[in-house]
Amino acid sequence: MPQVNGNKPVFGTRVPAREEPPHVRATNFGPVDTGYTREDAIAEAHRCLNCKKPLCVQGCPVGINIPGFIQKIREEKCGEGLDIVRESSMLPSICGRVCPQENQCEGKCVLGKKGDPIAIGQLERYLGDNSRHKAKEVMCRYKNGHRVAVVGSGPSGIACAAELARQRFEVTVFEAFFEGGGVLTYGIPEFRLPKSIVKREISGLESLGVNFEYNAVIGRFADAQDLYDEGFEAIYVAVGAGLPKFLNIPGENLPGVFCANEYLTRVNLMKANRFPVYDTPTKHGKNAVIFGGGNVAMDAARTALRLGAEKVTLAYRRGEAEMPARRAEVHHAKEEGVEIMELVSPLEFVADENGFVSKVKLERMELGEPDDSGRRRPVVIPDSEFEIPCDVAITAIGTNANPFANMIGDVKLNKWGYIETDEDGRTSDPRIWAGGDIVTGAATVILAMGAGKKAANSIAKTILGE
Amino acid sequence: MYKILKKTQYSEKVYKFRVQAPQMAKKAQAGQFLMVRADKQGERVPFTFADWNPEEGWVEFIFMVIGKTTQMLATFQEGDRIQDLTGPLGNPTEMEDGSWCVIGGGVGLAIAYPVARMLKSSGHDVDVIMGARTEDLLLLTDQFRELVGDEHLHITTDDGSVGEKGVVTLPLERMCEAKSVDHVFAVGPVPMMKFSALTCEKYGVPITASLNPIMVDGTGMCGCCRVTVDGKTKFACVDGPDFDATKVDWNDLRARQGSYRTEEGQALKDYEEATCACHK
Ligand SMILES: Cc1cc2nc3c(=O)[nH]c(=O)nc-3n(C[C@H](O)[C@H](O)[C@H](O)COP(=O)(O)OP(=O)(O)OC[C@H]3O[C@@H](n4cnc5c(N)ncnc54)[C@H](O)[C@@H]3O)c2cc1C
Ligand SMILES: Cc1cc2nc3c(=O)[nH]c(=O)nc-3n(C[C@H](O)[C@H](O)[C@H](O)COP(=O)(O)OP(=O)(O)OC[C@H]3O[C@@H](n4cnc5c(N)ncnc54)[C@H](O)[C@@H]3O)c2cc1C
Ligand code: SF4
Ligand code: SF4
Ligand code: FES
Repeated sequence: MPQVNGNKPVFGTRVPAREEPPHVRATNFGPVDTGYTREDAIAEAHRCLNCKKPLCVQGCPVGINIPGFIQKIREEKCGEGLDIVRESSMLPSICGRVCPQENQCEGKCVLGKKGDPIAIGQLERYLGDNSRHKAKEVMCRYKNGHRVAVVGSGPSGIACAAELARQRFEVTVFEAFFEGGGVLTYGIPEFRLPKSIVKREISGLESLGVNFEYNAVIGRFADAQDLYDEGFEAIYVAVGAGLPKFLNIPGENLPGVFCANEYLTRVNLMKANRFPVYDTPTKHGKNAVIFGGGNVAMDAARTALRLGAEKVTLAYRRGEAEMPARRAEVHHAKEEGVEIMELVSPLEFVADENGFVSKVKLERMELGEPDDSGRRRPVVIPDSEFEIPCDVAITAIGTNANPFANMIGDVKLNKWGYIETDEDGRTSDPRIWAGGDIVTGAATVILAMGAGKKAANSIAKTILGE
Repeated sequence: MYKILKKTQYSEKVYKFRVQAPQMAKKAQAGQFLMVRADKQGERVPFTFADWNPEEGWVEFIFMVIGKTTQMLATFQEGDRIQDLTGPLGNPTEMEDGSWCVIGGGVGLAIAYPVARMLKSSGHDVDVIMGARTEDLLLLTDQFRELVGDEHLHITTDDGSVGEKGVVTLPLERMCEAKSVDHVFAVGPVPMMKFSALTCEKYGVPITASLNPIMVDGTGMCGCCRVTVDGKTKFACVDGPDFDATKVDWNDLRARQGSYRTEEGQALKDYEEATCACHK
C-alpha cells in the first residue's frame, strides 16, 4: 500500500483502473474493467480532500454524500460506507459503472483542476460490489396494507419499488419482458455491466417483499382501471423511452440494417451470441458500421467487434469531441479497435445481389454555426459523397416516446409524446405518477433512479395522507 | 410458466394449443397476437389468438410447423408448460359492417381462420378464399368449410390438385366484379397479399392485410418489425399488424422476412439431427 500522510493527498494522479488488455477483451463478453482491489480503493480514498464544501456532491444528480463514503473506505469501514451511499442511491454497483462521471461528480471534484479528480465512480462501485449493509434492511414482513403498482422494471421502476417497499407498501412491478432491469438488462452489454449485478439488485427487491409480474405489457394486458379494480391505490409509470428513431434514407429496411435496440436486445437478452444453443439469431458482419455518437452507439460497436467483425466503423455527424458518450466508452472502444469516422452522414444503404446490405453511401460534413444546444451544427460539404463496405449497419440515433405512455392511463403528454409531470412525478391523473426516460426522454440511469425515489416519497405521502 | 390445457392436431403440421392464461384471456381481441418463448433458450415468436375464454381463463393459438421453434412446440404435450407467453399485443382487427372476404395462404390460413370466425360470430357475411401451391399445403380446410359452408369457400391451387387451378385473385376478382364484397382481409405470402391488394384497388374495395414481419419484443422497442406503409415507417407490433394493403411496400416486407433464412435453416437442421430417432 502506498504511504499516506494523514488525510492529505499524496498523488496528483488517480489509482489506475484495472482493465483487461484490449486485444483480449475485444474477443469476449467478460468485464472490461474488473474494478479496484481493496488496496486500490484505500489508496484512492486517501487522495480525497474531504472538502468542507464538496463540489463533487453538487455534481451528483442525487446528491450522494461522497466525502462521507470515501472517508469510510479510508477507515476500512466499508459496510458503513455503503449505508451512506444507499441513503441517496439504490444502485451503487450500477451507477458506479455507468454514470457519465466526467460530467457529474468527477467533473466537479476540485482535484480535477490540477490533476486527476477522485475516481468516485470506481469507489462507489467498489462499495456496491464488495460490502454488505450495516444498517439492517427492515425485512418488511408487516406491510402497511396499501398497494402500489410499478410499471416497468428499469432503474426508475426499481428505485421506486425499493423506496416504497422500505416504507412498507405492498408493491408489484409489472414488466413487459420475461426478465427485469429494463435497459440495464437488454441494452447495456455484459462486458460493461454484468447481468449478475442487475439480477442481484432484483433479488434484493424480492427479499424486501416486492412482487414481480413478468410478461405483463400494461396498456394491453391490463390498464390503470384494472389495476385500481385489483386494489392498487397508485401507479408509477416507468416504461422508458422505447420507439427507436430511424434515419429515413433509402435502403434502411434492407436485411442487415438494425437499430441498436434490436441488435443489443438480440445479444443481451436473447443471447444471440450463443446461437444456435439459443434460438435467436443475429448477423455477424465482417464490416460493421454504426451510426451515432452516444453510449448506445458505443455499446453496439463494441458488441459487433465481439461478434467477430473484422472492421467496425463508428460514423458520426460531428467530431469525436462532440460525442455525447461517456469518455471511458469512447476510450475503450478505440483501444479495442473501433474506428471513429468523424463528420460524415449516411445517404443510402446499397444491397448486394442477394438483397442484403453490402455498402453504405456517405457524405462529409463540416461544423457550422452553433445550434440551440450550443453545439456546432454539422453542414454538408457539397460533392463529398463516397461509399464504404458494410454488411451489418446499426443505427443509434435516439428514441421517441414509448407508445404505451398513455394507453396505461389517461395522462397528459407533451408534444413529443412524453408524460408531463410535476417535480414529484405527479401526472395529470391524481393516482398516476411517472418518471425516468418516459418523462425526460432518453437520459441516464441515475436520473431515472432519482425520479423513482422522489415519486415513491410523493406516493407514500399522498396515500398516507401526510 | 403457462400450462397447456389442450392440444389439438388438425393435420400433419398444424396444431392448436389451449393455454392457461387468465388475465390474457380477459383482454384478448380478434386480430391481436401473443408472443411465445417455448423454453429458456427459445426465440420469441408471435401467434395470433385463435380463441379465448375469460371465464375459464385460457387462450388458444393455431400454429403450423415451419422451423425450429414451431417444430419444438409441436412436441409439447397437454400438461407441459410453455416458458413465457406475452400478450395481448397489436391492435384488434377493425370489423366494419358489410360482407367480408377473408383470404388466406400457407401459414396465413392459421391467422385467417380466427379472423373469419370472429367476423362470422359477430354477424357478418363471410366468404373465404384459401390458396396454396398444392393440396397438401392447405390447412384447416374442414374448419373453414364448417364455418362458412361450401358455397362460401373458394379454394385455389397453383397445380389444380384441388379447387380452381390458379391463384386467389381469380375468385376475388369475380367477387369484386359482382359487387358481393365490401371488405377484404388478406394474410399469407407477400405475393398473394400484393396481388390481392392490386385487384381490390382496381375495384375500389378496401383491403386490410395482416402483416407478419419478424419480431423480437412486440412492444415497439426494437424496430425489427418495421414496415413501410404509405411511404412511412410503421411498426407492425404496435401500429399493426393490420394495415391498408394498397399502401404497403411489399418488397421491403419480403426482404426483411428473409433476413435469417440461412440461420433458420441451420437451427432446424441442428434440431432435427439432435431429436431424430436415427441419431439416438
Ligand atoms: C444501449 C444503452 C446504453 C446506455 N448507457 C448508459 C450509460 O452508460 N450510463 C447511463 O447513465 N445511461 C445509459 N443509458 C441510458 C439509461 O439506460 C436509461 O436512461 C435508463 O435505463 C432509463 O431508465 P427507465 O427506468 O426510465 O427505463 P428503461 O430502463 O427503459 O426501463 C423501462 C422498462 O419498462 C418496460 N416496459 C415498457 N413498456 C411497458 C409496458 N407497457 N408494461 C410493462 N413494462 C413495460 C421495459 O421492458 C423496460 O424493462 C443507456 C441506454 C442504452 C439503450
Ligand atoms: C403478428 C403475427 C402473427 C402470426 N400468427 C401466426 C399464427 O397464428 N400461426 C402461425 O402458424 N404462425 C403465425 N405467425 C408466423 C409465426 O410467427 C412463424 O411461423 C414462426 O415465428 C416460425 O418460427 P420457427 O422457428 O418455427 O421458424 P423459423 O425457421 O425461425 O422461421 C421461418 C419463418 O418464420 C418467420 N419468423 C421467424 N422468426 C420469427 C419471429 N421471431 N417473428 C415473426 N416471424 C418470424 C420468418 O418469416 C421466417 O422466415 C405470425 C407472425 C406474426 C408476425
Ligand atoms: S451516482 Fe453517479 S454521479 Fe452520483 S456519485 Fe455516483 S457515480 Fe457520481
Ligand atoms: S470534491 Fe473531490 S476531493 Fe473534494 S470531497 Fe469531493 S471527491 Fe473529495
Ligand atoms: S417487434 Fe420490436 S418494435 Fe415491433
